[in-house]
Amino acid sequence: MASLGSGTVSAPYAVAIALLMLGLYTMVAHRNLLKKFVGMTIFQTAIILFFLALSAKRDATLPILPEGPVDARLYVNPLPHALMLTAIVVMVATAGVALAILIRLYARYGSLEEEAIVEPPPEAR
Amino acid sequence: MTASPLPALALAPAALAVALIPLSRRRPALREAWSVLAALAQTGLVAALVPAALAGAPLRAEGLALVPGVPLAFAGDALGVLFALVASALWAATTVYSIGYTRALADPAQTRYFACFALCLLATVGLALAANFLTFLLCFELLTVATYPLVVHTGTAEAHRAGRIYLVYTLGGGAALLAAVVGTATLAGRLDFVPGGILRPDAASVPVLRGLVLLAVLGCGVKAALVPLHTWLPVAMVAPTPVSALLHAVAVVKAGVFGLARVAGFVVGPETLAALGADTALAGVAAATVVLGSLAALAQDNLKRLLAFSTISHLSYVVLGVALGTPGAGAGALLHLASHAVLKITLFFCAGALHVTAHVERVSELDGVGRRMPLTMGAFALSGFLLAGLPPGAAFVSKWRLLEGAATASAWAAVGALLLSGLLNLAYVAPIVVRAFGAPASGPRREAPLTLLLPLLATAAAGLLLGLAPDGPVPLLGLAVTAAGAAWGR
Amino acid sequence: MPGGEQLPILPVAVLLTAAVLAPIVGLVAPRATWGLAVLGGGVAAVTALAGALRVVAHGPQRYAVGGWPPPWGIEVVLDPLSAFTAAVVTGVTAVTLLTSGPAVLATGDARAPTFYALALLAEGGLVGLVVSGDLFNVFVFLELAAIASYALVASGGGPALAAAFRYLLLGTVGASFYLLGVGLLYAATGTLNMADLAARLADAARPLVAGGAAFVLVGLAIKMALFPLHAWLPEAYTHAPAPVAALLAPVATKAAAYALARVLLEVLRPEAPPVGALLTAAGSAAILVGGLQALRQTDGRRLLAYSSVSQLGYVALGLGLGTPVALVGAYLQVLAHAVAKAALFVAAGAVAARGGGVRVGALDRAMPRTAACAVAAGLSMVGVPPTGGFFAKWYLLQGALEAAQPLVAAVVLGGSLLAAGYVYRFTERLWVGTATPTAGDPEAPACVLAGLVALAVAVVGVGLGNAVIVERLLLPAARGAAGG
Repeated sequence: MASLGSGTVSAPYAVAIALLMLGLYTMVAHRNLLKKFVGMTIFQTAIILFFLALSAKRDATLPILPEGPVDARLYVNPLPHALMLTAIVVMVATAGVALAILIRLYARYGSLEEEAIVEPPPEAR
Repeated sequence: MTASPLPALALAPAALAVALIPLSRRRPALREAWSVLAALAQTGLVAALVPAALAGAPLRAEGLALVPGVPLAFAGDALGVLFALVASALWAATTVYSIGYTRALADPAQTRYFACFALCLLATVGLALAANFLTFLLCFELLTVATYPLVVHTGTAEAHRAGRIYLVYTLGGGAALLAAVVGTATLAGRLDFVPGGILRPDAASVPVLRGLVLLAVLGCGVKAALVPLHTWLPVAMVAPTPVSALLHAVAVVKAGVFGLARVAGFVVGPETLAALGADTALAGVAAATVVLGSLAALAQDNLKRLLAFSTISHLSYVVLGVALGTPGAGAGALLHLASHAVLKITLFFCAGALHVTAHVERVSELDGVGRRMPLTMGAFALSGFLLAGLPPGAAFVSKWRLLEGAATASAWAAVGALLLSGLLNLAYVAPIVVRAFGAPASGPRREAPLTLLLPLLATAAAGLLLGLAPDGPVPLLGLAVTAAGAAWGR
Repeated sequence: MPGGEQLPILPVAVLLTAAVLAPIVGLVAPRATWGLAVLGGGVAAVTALAGALRVVAHGPQRYAVGGWPPPWGIEVVLDPLSAFTAAVVTGVTAVTLLTSGPAVLATGDARAPTFYALALLAEGGLVGLVVSGDLFNVFVFLELAAIASYALVASGGGPALAAAFRYLLLGTVGASFYLLGVGLLYAATGTLNMADLAARLADAARPLVAGGAAFVLVGLAIKMALFPLHAWLPEAYTHAPAPVAALLAPVATKAAAYALARVLLEVLRPEAPPVGALLTAAGSAAILVGGLQALRQTDGRRLLAYSSVSQLGYVALGLGLGTPVALVGAYLQVLAHAVAKAALFVAAGAVAARGGGVRVGALDRAMPRTAACAVAAGLSMVGVPPTGGFFAKWYLLQGALEAAQPLVAAVVLGGSLLAAGYVYRFTERLWVGTATPTAGDPEAPACVLAGLVALAVAVVGVGLGNAVIVERLLLPAARGAAGG
C-alpha cells in the first residue's frame, strides 16, 4: 500500500521546496558562473533533503535490525539514504567537473561573469 | 499475373551501367559503349514483356518487403510496357546523340553525365514497371534526385538557379505525392495497382478523398507540368540539349503524366474520380494547360523554351484523355504519350544540332538555316507538322482518338481545346519552317555531324512510321488500347 | 552460448571495463587506447546485437544484478525496445570510435587515454540506462554518461568551455528534475522497479504520481533537447572537438528519448498522463523551428546541431501520437537519424581536420568519397527513398493520418522540405563550386572513410531492410507499449 510512511513530518518538505526554488533562482538570476554553480549545488541538495525526508518517520530509530521479525514503523527507511549516497557521489563528481571548467574559464577570460565569456564572432578571428 | 523475373531483369542493364560507367571513366569509348549497350539491352528486355502485356496476363516480379505488407514489385502490364518501351528506345537514340553533343562541346564532366543518365533511365523504367504505388514512389523520387546533377551540369549561375527551382518544385511535389501514397495505404489498406482502382467511393468522406486526389495530382502534376505547376520546365531548359530532349520531353515529364494515368486508372479509379467530380476538374485544368501552353509557345523566341511550352501543352493532351475516363480517349491519350515523345525528341535533337553546328538558339536567328542544314531542318519541319496533328503522323492517330473520345463523351470544351491547340501548333511551327527555307542561306552549307544527324533522322522517321503503322512492328497502339481497356473499360 | 543469461548486462560490463583499462593501458602505450576503445566498442556492439537476436527468438531477457531478485534488487531488462536501442547506440558508437582515431591521436599522446576513457564511460552510461529496469538505475547511468560528456565537450578548450558549463548546468537541472520525479513516484508506490511501479500505479495517490510524472518527463525532455528545452545542444555540439560531436550527437539524446518513451509508455501506462498532445506539439515545434534555424547557419556544425534538434522532434512527434504505427516511426527515426547524423558529423570532422573550420560550404569536391557519404546521409534526413529516413517518415505519416491529424502530417512533410533546404546548403559547394586546390590528398584517412562508408551503406540498408526490423523488433515494442 502506498503511503508516505507512518507519521511523517512535513517541515522538511517545505524546506526542501524552498531550497529548490532558491537554487533555481540563483542559477537563473545571477550572472556570475560560480554563483550559478552554487545555486546548482543548493538545488541538488534540496532534492537530497527531499528524499531523506521521505525516509523519516516519527519516533523512529536507525535501521540497524536485530535478528527475527521487525516492525517497520520503528525504523527509518534506509533505501532513500542509500539512493542519496549515490546521488551525493554524482553531485560531487559533477561539482568536480564544473569547478575544473570554471578554473579553465577563469584562466582564459580572467573573469567568471557571463558577459565577459563571449567569443568574438567567427569572422572576426 | 504470372510470376517471372523478367520485369525486374529489365532494370538490370541500367543498374549495371550506373556501376560500370564511373569505373570506365578513363576510357571514354568503353564508357559510352556501356551506355549504348545498356540502352539496347533494356529495350530488348522490355520488348520481351510485350506479348504478355498485350494478352492481358502481365508478368510480375516481387522482391523484398519495403514496408510490412508492401513488396518491391515490378510488373509488365500494357501501360507500363508502353512507357518503358518508349523511354528505353529513345534512350538508345539519345545516347548516340549525347556522344556527339558532349564531344562537340568538349564537355569536361562526361562520366558524371552518362552515369546520371543511366540512373535516370533506371528510375524511369522502374516507375514504369512498378506494380504498386510505393515502388512507383521510390522510383519517382529517385528520378528527381538523379536528374538534378544533369540540370546543373553546365555549372553556370543560371544553371544553379534553375537547379534550385527544379528541386523546390519536384521535392514539393514529392512531399505531396508521399502524403497521397500514405493516405491511400491508410484508406485502402493496400497499394498495388489494380485496373479500376483500389479506392472505392465509400472509402472515406468526400472531402478526405478529394484531398487525397488533390495531393496525388499535385505530386504528379509538378512533373507533368500542369499549369500552374509548370514553371520549372522552361527554366530547366538551361540544361544541355540531350538532357532537355530525353528527360524533359520524355522521361521526367512523361513520368508525371504516367503517374496521373496510374492514379486515375489504377489507384483512385474512374468510378471514384467521377463520384468526386475530380475528373471534370482535372479535365478543366488539362484543357487550360493545353491552350495556355500553345499560346505561350507562340510568344517564345528562344527555340528550346518554345519547345518547352509546346511540351507543356502536349503533356496535357494526355492528362485530358486520362481525365475523360473512357477507353477510347484513354487509348488516344496513352498513344499520344508515345507519339509526342518521339516527335518532340526529334525537335529537341534538331535544336541541339542547330546550336552546335550553326550556333543558332533563337527563332529570330533562323533565317535561311534550312538551306545550310537541309536534313536537320527537314526533320524539324516534318516532325513539327506531324506534331500539330497532320496525317499521316503518329500524333494524328493519337489526336484523332482523343477527339473521338472527347466527342463521344460530349466534352466539347475538350474538343475545342484540342483543335485550337492544333492550330496554334501550326502557328508556331510554320513560321519557323518558312523562315528557315524561305530566306537565303545565312552561311555556308554545313550539315550537323553524323552522331547528331543519324539519331534525329531515325526518330523523325519513327514519328512518321508510327503514324503509318501504329500497331506494328512495334504494337504501341495495341498496348495503348489494352491499357486503356483495363483501366477505363469497366 | 556461454553467459546467455548475462547478455543484458554484457555490453555495459564490457564498456565499463574497457573504460577502466584505458588509463592503465595509457600509461604504457597511449596510442593503443584507440585500439582498446574500438575493441571495446566492437565487442559491446556484437553483444548488444546478440541480445537483440535473442530477444527476437526467445522474448524478453531479464538479469538481476548481484543476484538480488526484483523488485528489491536492480533489474536489467532486454525487451524489444531496449534491445533495439542498445544495438543502435553500441553499433553507431563503435563506428564513431573507429573514426575518431586520427583526430584524437593528433591532439597528443597524453590526451588520448583520457579521451577514450571518458568516451567509453559515456557510452557505457548510455547503454546502461537503456537496459536498466529500475528507475534510479537510469538516473545513475544517465549521470555517468552526462558527466563524461561534460568533460568531453569541455576538452575542446576555448568556446567549448562556456558551452560545456552551460551544458553541465542544464543537464544537471534535467537529471535533478528526473531524480525528484522518481522520488515522488517512489513516495507514491514504494518501489523503483519499472514493472513493479506500473503494477502499483492504480492504487497510488494521484497528485504524487502526477507530480512525479511531470518532473520525470520534464527532466528527460531537457536531456533529450526537446524544444523548447534544447538550448544547451547547439553550442555544445558546435564547439566540442569534432570527434566528441561525432561520438555524442548521434546517440546521447536518443538514449534520453528512449528513457522518455519507456517511462511514458510503459511505466506510466496505467496512469496514461494526457501529455500526448503536448509531446506532439513540442515535437512539431522542434521540427519546424530547428529546421528554420538550421537554414540560417553559416557554421557547418551548428547547422548539424540544429538539424539534430529538428530530427529529434520527429521522435517526440511519434511518441506523442502514441499509436503502434506512429511509435514504430519514432523508433525507426531513432535508428535512421543516429546513423545519418553520425555520418554527417564524421564528415564534418574530416573537413575540419583539413583546416579552416567547418563553414557551410567547406565540403567540396576535393573530398569526393567523403562528400558522397555525406550526401547519402543528407538524403536520409530529407527522406528520399530508399533511405531509412524515408521509411521513418512513412510510418510517422501513416500514424498521423490514422489518428486523423492532417496538421501533424503536414509538419512531417514540411520538415522534409526544410531538411532539403539545409542539406542543400550544407553540400552546396559540391554542386556549385570547383574543387579547391590543396597540397597533398585532402581526402579523409582510411579509417574515417571506412566508417563513413559503413554508415552510408547503413543509411540505405536500414531503409531497404526496415520491414524486417519493424516486424521483428519495433512492432512488438510498439504494441507492448500501446497496450496492444
